[in-house]
Amino acid sequence: MKLSREEVLHIARLARLGISDEEVERAREQLSNILENFEVLQSVDTDDVPPTAQSLTLQNVLREDKPCASFTREDILANAPQEDEDSFRVRAVLE
Amino acid sequence: MTIHEAHKLLEEKQVSSVELTKVCLDRIQQVEPKVGAIVTVTEELALEQARKADELIADGDVNPLTGIPALIKDVMCTRGVRTTCSSKMLENFVPPYDAAVVEKLNEAGMVMVGKANMDEFAMGSSTEHSAFFPTHNPWDLSRVPGGSSGGSAAAVAAGEAIYTLGSDTGGSIRQPAGFCSVTGLKPTYGRVSRYGLVAFASSLDQIGPLTQDVTDCALVMNVIAGHDSRDSTSAPYHVPDYTQCLTGDIKGMKIGIPKEYFVEGMQSEVEAVIKAAISKLEGMGAVIGEVSLPHTRHALAVYYIIAPSEASANLARYDGTKYGFRYQGADTMWDTMDKTRQYGFGAEVKRRIMLGTYALSAGYYDAYYLKAQKVRTLIRREFDEAFEKFDALVTPTSPTVPFKIGEKVDDPVQMYLADVCTLPINIAGLPGISIPAGFADNLPIGMQIISKPFAEETILKIAHAYQQATDWHKRKPEL
Repeated sequence: MKLSREEVLHIARLARLGISDEEVERAREQLSNILENFEVLQSVDTDDVPPTAQSLTLQNVLREDKPCASFTREDILANAPQEDEDSFRVRAVLE
Repeated sequence: MTIHEAHKLLEEKQVSSVELTKVCLDRIQQVEPKVGAIVTVTEELALEQARKADELIADGDVNPLTGIPALIKDVMCTRGVRTTCSSKMLENFVPPYDAAVVEKLNEAGMVMVGKANMDEFAMGSSTEHSAFFPTHNPWDLSRVPGGSSGGSAAAVAAGEAIYTLGSDTGGSIRQPAGFCSVTGLKPTYGRVSRYGLVAFASSLDQIGPLTQDVTDCALVMNVIAGHDSRDSTSAPYHVPDYTQCLTGDIKGMKIGIPKEYFVEGMQSEVEAVIKAAISKLEGMGAVIGEVSLPHTRHALAVYYIIAPSEASANLARYDGTKYGFRYQGADTMWDTMDKTRQYGFGAEVKRRIMLGTYALSAGYYDAYYLKAQKVRTLIRREFDEAFEKFDALVTPTSPTVPFKIGEKVDDPVQMYLADVCTLPINIAGLPGISIPAGFADNLPIGMQIISKPFAEETILKIAHAYQQATDWHKRKPEL
């Protein structure tokens, strides 16, 4: 089953990915092809099998909440695409 | 020259770190136009670190990595040195801190000659998905070096650095190590701190060394392994001296051969080389037996659901706000974000973000992501059972020899199959190593050795013994 144009646009929107018409068509083709290869999993009996989220058996790692040195403002702003005094400059969020 | 050979020369003052570093920098100048393994060469920094290392050596304050030139995959943060992940998104990103592994190597006196090329955000099996340029295999420049740590593997093979670090999410250290005929270890998940490693798939990612032999691999592990409170998934377990297990004696060790890894579509040359390597191990006294891991055939699907799902979450941070590329000239905040991600990411990264977003989206989560996590449990259990009978398992690292540049780049499913032998090991969180096992028409073939969690010593011991009995790892490409 090939993904529809609407489905691809919906996924792109969820992922906040701008996508050209050409990319939509390619994604329909390639994602459908990949998803088809995932069908094999449906045949595996996983009743009563718990999911594995990660392979270490560690649980809830805790540590003391100690104050410590952080990065300086200059360090963090050094990579900003746009800055304004001591802040990141962004497009208006509210219109 | 290996780390241990260079260390001896440095200690005996037959050579200085500055001289050694200049040899690597000259070699980089000479071969880089052909190989393309390095995104950023850090000549000035390297020479400064080498001068400091020479002072330490003069004071007798030496450890095995002091003054040795290395290259770091460009997915690990280096303070003051741009860290691009071979992506347009991070082309000008200069981290304000060092990754834990870089911090440890610096303390050990590393000389960093540069940052290694890779598939963008470590997604790929050929290094063709670098946003800057592809890396070429030093054994045949028309072929890929594997990936995603293709720059790291090619640089070791081409003599541009004495050792390198890579990262491995589904085979990204071992598969390129196999393709370039070098030694590459993916440690157990949690063995090495991931602090400062740009995240791809957080339940699978692990950092490890690419070196010229197993002894070097052990020496690097001695420095980078261990717990780090800044990575809550790093394991709080004792780190052994990994050189102690390199005895050369594997008599009586039980090695299993999982039949499912000799898959349909595997090249006959690869099968022949690996079977010969297994006979060699048997001749050295290992006890060989067959084992079946039937869920192996589901590993590819499990991996390509879990890894892209985690990636889609991890890469949500690249929104052009605080660092990295920002698209200029869009009308609104949302438009800026959409276009930043559209033009900042390459095709494979976008493909995986879309795939992961789909697998996690409402209505599909149970059918894809949860199902994959359950089959992940079955794959783990199967390995657990195998390790009740065997000390280690041996397989090919990849089903084929290095393929041609351009051959698979537009066919994601074919490209994904290059990792079919390595990704089950990440799914189960096991340690695995690839070592040179032979050649077919002068193209390298790697053998993978796998063991249970935190049994790096077992695989290093077997791999080292094999290298004592063979000299595949000593062959160098002509460039």
